[in-house]
Amino acid sequence: MSLLNYFRSSRKNTASIAKERLQIIVAHERSQRSGPDYLPLLQQDLLQVVRKYVNVGQEDVKVHVQHDGNCEVLELNVTLPDSLT
Amino acid sequence: MAQIIVVTSGKGGVGKTTTAANFASGLAIRGHRTAVVDFDVGLRNLDLVMGCERRVVYDFVNVINGEANLKQALIKDKRIESLYVLPASQTRDKEALTTEGVGNVLEELKQNFEYVVCDSPAGIERGALMALYYADHALVVTNPEVSSVRDSDRILGILASKSRRAEQGAEPVKEHLLITRYAAGRVDSGEMLSVEDILDILGIKLLGVVPESTSILQSSNSGIPVIHDGNSDAGMAYDDVVARFLGENRPQRFITSEKKGLFKRLFGT
Repeated sequence: MSLLNYFRSSRKNTASIAKERLQIIVAHERSQRSGPDYLPLLQQDLLQVVRKYVNVGQEDVKVHVQHDGNCEVLELNVTLPDSLT
Repeated sequence: MAQIIVVTSGKGGVGKTTTAANFASGLAIRGHRTAVVDFDVGLRNLDLVMGCERRVVYDFVNVINGEANLKQALIKDKRIESLYVLPASQTRDKEALTTEGVGNVLEELKQNFEYVVCDSPAGIERGALMALYYADHALVVTNPEVSSVRDSDRILGILASKSRRAEQGAEPVKEHLLITRYAAGRVDSGEMLSVEDILDILGIKLLGVVPESTSILQSSNSGIPVIHDGNSDAGMAYDDVVARFLGENRPQRFITSEKKGLFKRLFGT
């Protein structure tokens, strides 16, 4: 049994899966955190405005702030539903 | 100048109260006048872990509201001369912790103690925010497990943006990583995040590793912090942690498992 377990456990390395998943989610959450405090609220408000005209989901409106030298660029990305494109 | 140290983690059940009790005890054993404050209003447990639950008369919220003075509320530890516990209130809600009230109590503690250890509740609500607000140092307690690591990163973000030091643009809170419930054998077999993995993700300085240990439960059963048991692995680990915090150079322990021979790995257990 232990011989079998030895080979089985060496094949399924869940710790590396955990690390990979963590690196992705932590990087994502840090990028959101570094933006200004009003960003989530702005995203909410923009979503409501867009929804007045197009039926889009929560995840379809994305707001990003990018730093480019002395410039801050506010980027708004709306994914329109398939039927409209 | 007295130092304020918050024991925090975001996630619950990772060992904050155990760490606060042992860290404060360790500082006091070395002769430093230390107070340990429970910020978990409504769910106090530090008193139980420290073995002084029957001697609670007044609490933190009583002191904030002026219903008792600090001297009346502080409980002197039975075992260590220079250690005092300030218990949380069991009946109030956490809104009782105001920035000003907490600030005043901590300021008074700083006049009388060298170290003030703040035991944070889980979560990122008022109690947790207040526990870290005035901190000079943060012990971030993390288990080698995805949700704990993620929550620790969240807490690091809050320390960097919502602490008083951050608000005032002062030198940032000093962050120390403490990995608890570590099982080196499971790390070896690839089923648990390693110390390096966690350091890679969180990117802060490692203070110590406390191994998963049966003595932790036994010590909380009896209300005697495990650091008093010099023979237990967890007790030794906490002693190392305190020594390193105070500037002593002690190599990390409990990171590698006892090596099994090839024969044992193939056929033994």
